[in-house]
Order: sequence, then C-alpha cells, then structure tokens
Amino acid sequence: MTALNRHLLHYLGWRLLQSLVVSTIVVIGSFMLLHLVPGDMVDVLGGQRGDMDAELMATLRARYGLDQPMLVQLFHYVTGVLQGDLGYSFRNSNTVLSLVLQRLPATILLVVCSVAVAVFIGTLAGVFAARHVHRPIDVIISMVVLIFYATPVFMTGLGLVIIFSVKLKLLPVGGLTTPGVDMTTLQLIGDVAQHLILPVLSLSLFYIAIYARLARASMLQVLNQDYIRTAYAKGLGTSHVIIGHALRNALLPVVTMVGLQIAELFGGAVLTETIFSLPGVGRLAYDSVFERDYPLILGVLLVCSFVIILVNLIIDLIYTLLDPRVEVSR
Amino acid sequence: MLRRVLLSPAGFVGLFLLLMIIGMALSAGYFFPKGPWALVARPYMWPGQRPGLPFGTDSLGRNILAAIFYGARVSLIVGLVATVCALVVGITVGSLAGYFGRGVDAVLMRITDAFQTIPGFLFAIVLVSILSPSVTNIVIAIAVVSWPPVARLTRAEVLRVRETEYVQSCKIIGMSTPRIILTQVLPNSLSPVIVVAAVLVATAIITEAGLSFLGLGDPNVMSWGTLINVGRPSIRSTWFICVLPGLFVVMTVLALNLLGDAINDALNPHFRKR
Amino acid sequence: MMPNASVPRESLLDVEGLSILIKDKRGDVRAVEDVSFSVAAGETLALVGESGAGKSLTALALMRLLPKTLAVEAKRITLAGKDLTSPSELDIRKVRGSIMAMIFQDPLSALNPVLTVERQLVEAIRLHETISRSDARARALELLDMVRIPAASARLGEYPHRLSGGMRQRVMIAMALAGRPRLILADEPTTALDVTISGQILDLLKELQRDLGLGMLFITHDLHVVRSVAHRVAVMYSGRVVESGTVADVFERPRHPYTEGLIQARPHGSFVTDGHRLREIAGTVPVPSARPPGCAFEPRCGRAEADCRQIVPPLVLEPGTARSLACFHPLQQEQYA
Repeated sequence: MTALNRHLLHYLGWRLLQSLVVSTIVVIGSFMLLHLVPGDMVDVLGGQRGDMDAELMATLRARYGLDQPMLVQLFHYVTGVLQGDLGYSFRNSNTVLSLVLQRLPATILLVVCSVAVAVFIGTLAGVFAARHVHRPIDVIISMVVLIFYATPVFMTGLGLVIIFSVKLKLLPVGGLTTPGVDMTTLQLIGDVAQHLILPVLSLSLFYIAIYARLARASMLQVLNQDYIRTAYAKGLGTSHVIIGHALRNALLPVVTMVGLQIAELFGGAVLTETIFSLPGVGRLAYDSVFERDYPLILGVLLVCSFVIILVNLIIDLIYTLLDPRVEVSR
Repeated sequence: MLRRVLLSPAGFVGLFLLLMIIGMALSAGYFFPKGPWALVARPYMWPGQRPGLPFGTDSLGRNILAAIFYGARVSLIVGLVATVCALVVGITVGSLAGYFGRGVDAVLMRITDAFQTIPGFLFAIVLVSILSPSVTNIVIAIAVVSWPPVARLTRAEVLRVRETEYVQSCKIIGMSTPRIILTQVLPNSLSPVIVVAAVLVATAIITEAGLSFLGLGDPNVMSWGTLINVGRPSIRSTWFICVLPGLFVVMTVLALNLLGDAINDALNPHFRKR
Repeated sequence: MMPNASVPRESLLDVEGLSILIKDKRGDVRAVEDVSFSVAAGETLALVGESGAGKSLTALALMRLLPKTLAVEAKRITLAGKDLTSPSELDIRKVRGSIMAMIFQDPLSALNPVLTVERQLVEAIRLHETISRSDARARALELLDMVRIPAASARLGEYPHRLSGGMRQRVMIAMALAGRPRLILADEPTTALDVTISGQILDLLKELQRDLGLGMLFITHDLHVVRSVAHRVAVMYSGRVVESGTVADVFERPRHPYTEGLIQARPHGSFVTDGHRLREIAGTVPVPSARPPGCAFEPRCGRAEADCRQIVPPLVLEPGTARSLACFHPLQQEQYA
C-alpha cells in the first residue's frame, strides 16, 4: 500500500483507541451519575406502584443485582454494555437498546438534514457576502445572520409553528408522518419531507448563522492569500477563482466547526423534537427524565455519545481528505 | 479599551441593550412590588388591552411585563454565575494540561473530550432531573456542560505562552510553578477567554431558558423560559405569552454577542475585518 | 556572465508615465510616480531599488493585480502592440497568462496548497488553448521538462508543500509559461531561495529567455542578481525611476548619486581580506506620503543644491546613449577615466 494509506490506517487506529478511552470514561461517568440518585430503581418503582412490600423489593434487588457493591454493579454494567445490553426499562417493558434504536433513525434524520441544510445555505450566504464585502447586501446578510444567531432553537421552532402551521396552515404542526393514511413509498418520502421542513429549519437556522459568519470570514481571509493572486495572474475570471481555488480552502474551518458542534446539535434536537412531537431519541430522553427511568436515560446518553464519537471520526477523516497539508501521523 | 468598545457601533448597541436588561433586573422590585406571581387581572388579556398592562396577562392572570422584569434577574444571575464557574473549572483544567503537558495533559484532555462528546443540553437535562430542579442545580448543570471549550482554549494559549522567553527565564531563576502560572502564564493567555466569556453567558441564558421551557426550571422562580412554557399550550391564540419573553431572550443574547464581538475587535486589532 | 545588450531589439513593453495612487480621504498618495521604461523581446530589464521603492507595485500594476484601494494611472502602456493604458476587465484578462505572465517571490504561498501540481498546470494550459485533458497533461509534462524538473510525471500528482523551494519555483515558472507568453514579470523570484538554488533558477530563466525569445522585467534588490541576469537596469528610488541604461554602463559609470551609493554599499570582492569598510548611505528612504517637494534623494545626497530641493528632476534620455537620468547634478563622465 502507498505511504499515504499506511499513514491513514495508522491515524485511524490511533483515533479509534482514543475514542475507546473516551467512551469508557463516558460509560463509567454515566454509571456514577446514575448512582447519584438517592434511592435506586426499585425504590422508584415502589414509589410509583405503591403496592410493594419490603420483601418484594428485596427480591427484586437481588434479582437485578442492586444489592451488590458499587464496583460489582459497575463491572456488570460495563460488561453488559460491551455485549449490547443497556438495561431494561420497566415503564416501557422493553430493553433500553431496542427502545433507543427504534427512535434513533428519526433523530439522525433530523440532525443530518439540519447539518446539510445549515452547511449548504450557510456557506452559500457566507461566500456570497464575502464576494460582495462591505456592500449593502453584505451588511444586510450580516444583520439577518446575527438575528438568527441570537434566537434560541426553541424560539425559532415556536415562531415557525405559529407562522406556518397555525396562521398560514401550510405545514403540519407535528409528528413525522400523517397518521392513518396508506401511502406508497414515494408518497411516504414526500410526507416525511413535508413534516420535516419546519423542524429542520428551526434546528438549522442557528447553525446557518454560524456557518455563514465562519464562511464569510474564512473566505475573506482566503481571498487575501497569494495563491489567489496567482490564479488571477494566470488569466482566470472571478467566478473560476472563487469556485476553483478559494472555496475548498475556505471550507476547511467550516468542516472543523461541524465536527465540534455535532454534540450541540443533538442537544438542540431534544427541543425540536419536543416542539414538533417527533418520535426521536431526544423526546425519548425527555420523557424518560420525567418518568425517572434511569436506565433509559443512561442508555440514550450512551448511544448519543457513541454516535457523536463516530461522527467526529468521520469528519476528521473528511478533513484529512480535503486538506493535503495535514500530516496524518498523530 | 472600554472606549474602543464603545466607539464601535456593535459594541455600543450591545452595551446599551445589556445595561437596559440589567436595569430591568435591578428595578423589578421598584416597578412591580407585588412580585411576578401576583394575579392582577383576568387571564389571557392581550397586550395594551388595559392601560397598566402593556404586555397583557398570562394563563393565570399574571402581569407579563412584571414577569419579564423579574425573569431578567434569573437569566442574568444564572448566566453570570454559571459562566464564572465554567471559567474557573475550564481555566484550571486547561492551564494544568497546557503547562504540565504529557501525562497530565493526556488524561485531562481525554476527560474534556468525554464531556464534549455528550450532548450538552441532554446532559444538563439529566443532571437537573437527577439533582432536582432548583436554581443552584441549574447553575451547576450549565457550568458542567460549558467548561470544556474554555479548557481547550486556555490549554492552547498556555501552550503558546509556555514557550516564550519570559516564562523560560522565570523558570531559570527558580520561580515556583504556581507563581509562574498565576503571575506570568495566565495573564497573557486570557484575552481569547474573555471574548468567549460573553458567548458563554449568552449560551447559559439560552440553556436556562430551554430548561425552564421544558418544565425543568426551578418552580419557585419566574424565569423567561418558565413564561414561555406557560404560554405553550395556548400558543395558537395567545401566542404573545411565548413571543414576548422570547424576544427578550433574543435581545439579551444579541447584546452579549455584539459586546463579545466588540471586545474581540478591541483586543485584536490585527484581525479587524477589512 | 552578463548578457549582451548592444543589439537593438523590437520593443515588447512600453510604459510611459505610470503612477500608482493610494486612495485616501485626506488626499491620494503617490506610491509610484511617473515611471517610464521599456522592455524588448529577448531582453531582461532589471528594476532595482530598496524595499518600498515601488518595484513590485509597478509589476502588479501592469497586470492590474493591485488591491482596489490602489489606483493606476498611466500616460501610455503598450504591450506587443496592444494598448493597455486603461484596459477593461476583459482586456486585461485576455492578456494575463497569454502575452504577459508573472512569477512571484514566495512559491509556497503563491501556489494553491489544496490542489495538485497537475491540476494547477493543466488549468493554466487549458485556459489559453482548447485541448483535451490528456493532451494538456502531456503538455504539462513538457513544461516541467522545460524547467528541468526531474521525474516530472511523479511530480504532477504532488501537492506544493511536498516540493522543495527550488522545485516549487520551477513549477511556478512552468505555470507562467503555459500560455506561451512573450513577456515575463519576475517579482524577486530568487529572494526566498538559498544561494545555490537561486543560482540554478537564474540560469534557468536566462536559458528560457534565450530559447523562447522572452522579454523579462526582473524585479530585485540584489545588484549581483542584476549583473548576472539583466541586459538593462532601471534604478528606482521612493517610487520614481532615477537612472536607467545598460547594466555595464550603469554599474561601471553610475551617474545618479543614489546609484553610486548602492554600488558602493555592496560587499564586493576583496572586502573581507582588504578590510574595506561597508559604505552605507546615511538616512532612510522617505515614505510616499512624506516625500520632499523636490528630488526625493536630496536629503541624503552629498551633491544636492537649491534646485534639487525645489523641483523634481525629470527623467531625461541622454542624447546619443541608451541612458536616462533624473538628476540636476549627476556624477560627471570625467570622473571615470
């Protein structure tokens, strides 16, 4: 294999190791978090059912190993996680893993679409503003962007619901699909798309602002570089210079930023899913918090963290592919 | 530096708005001695419908303007205290990691990574629900999710400053390590952190509003998020209950961001946008 | 070895009265004032002066590559018969790369770091002639051969940061030659390279000029480079040309006090063993906004008189010679036996 491929694999291996360490810390940390709660799961269950006596509770504790010392429980938990067993949710009568996996696709769809929209529109706006820097259109874009930036996700969501769903009645108020209607696959895709427009918009508006500002600043810096002057000296026209030479360099910080913000996006998804009643992992977490369903909460946290670690790895790889200057070793 | 901040239009507007919000917080008791929970009229009154209630009333008949004034207190206090805590933790972790390097750095950075990998808002929700909703716990939760970027930034700056000649010469003359860190390294590392502080306060305010919006706020305290949550069920008809406090959140965040930008420009004249 | 300058050649580039203004609310500042020179095909004109004399600005002004805050004014600029005094955007784009090409000082920052050598070369090639991508690739290899890059096909796939300084500069030269230009503007192409490599690049440029009949405007602050590469030289001081002529003539019989100062200030030959002191010109170059009303060099000149202080000496062609001089009280010919 070529030297580059060998370097790439070496880098990948190293990053995986790092991710493993991080994941371990997350798992252990989450477990300790769980045990911050006064009382345990059986207490909670007992409190909710109100009909359990001490003997039943002791039996349950023994069954689920809750009477063992902390370290032993931790060990069981970790080994469980490694085998894919994230615990059991009594309230929902299902394993945590299957519950989370059931709801993960909706959240991933929301987050991926939001990132794609944010990067696309944000970069477009930023590059456009940079091209016409200091002219009125640039100032207008910058102001609009600032307002998007200052508006919290849930405000955007609520605002959009009010305008488009309630007043204009253009788009559905919530849910992922229209219930009770039989649809072909194509129609289903269209239906889901329609339901996702507002949620994706409300989640991505904030990030559009960030990427627009970043793309603009980055593009302005790139346009100052010597190699842009060389490109013009060759005889290239402005659009060729911007698209062929400047763009790829200007995008690098945006890619890095996306990687840094994936975790935030998942957090924002919680609010968006709540407002738009989407069947995602965020809303699951929210519901489980109110139900004091701690294994479920923990499961959601863990799965989200793993997904984020994976996404970060992918983004790092994309970055090394885009920027040949990055030495892939360490 | 203050003058430079004031001279830029962004800084001026930001500072003005912020002072207005602070003014609201401070004068809440003066303008609305009955407090934000007082039932002053019948519920769901529109803004301006009755003189003396320029923002109308909410679902229980409370004066929305009063609630917004008192809400400013919560937002500002939570924002400020949470940010200070995040800064203290982040700067400590970052400077230790940056200064001592190697093993210490590796361990601390893995822990920072772990905290950054968990979705912040989700983690805050979990923490608040475990610890029970109260202003103190909310502040703790926000601080816990906000310190990693501060640590990263501080570490980068410390790494840079550590190699400078004046720090090396302090080491040679035998200055004790804590003294070097506190008197030489930190003062020169902190300017980007100050800029980030403004953004942190804004983020803290948004997070608190978000938590209250989800019903995880302190039930004894009236915050902007609480008000928005109160207005959610009736959003189709009396949407102003949500929108008005929301507008104030936006204004505060805008003010803080403008201020942060102006401070950044004032501290880094080289990077002034041309 | 100095190139032979005695054969008259057709004029490729004619510049008359070129000025570059820095636009400012308080009044425009003339960074370059009323500069005139010409370059013939197959000939190298060196533009020499200290940093800040306006040499690079002049070259960039010809290509219209200056930032928007600078304005270019000229009485007349003619390139290969075309009038480029006030070109439209389209006019100048047609000329860039195809008739007039430029190579820059720092090849690392002048080449796009995320694009391969092949991509950047092929782009330049296909810009000026319609050929297929594979044909362009073949021509790119030809160009790399022309600039003496070994293992050219391997180099095509490389990124600029992986090449050595000398290699990068050769790539830049290859890129400049892609459109088969007739005039090369070289802005201090060897300043960023170490001595052995810069010697190779200079030799390469001389060879290419000879083989392709190129005209070259060579900007430098190093008099040794001028000697080895240029036929004629124009000396610039504080934005103005103060003396020009053939290299042999100007270096052996400088007439402008500044030129003499420059030549004397060079560490030369037996400097080390004979213990000669380095002669410097006292004072500093004035900034464009603070130029004295008369001759810019007057405050530092040992020969200055009242008229020098009040009137800017015009650049005047000495009759019967190829020399131009802007001085009221130049060193006399008689001083040279």
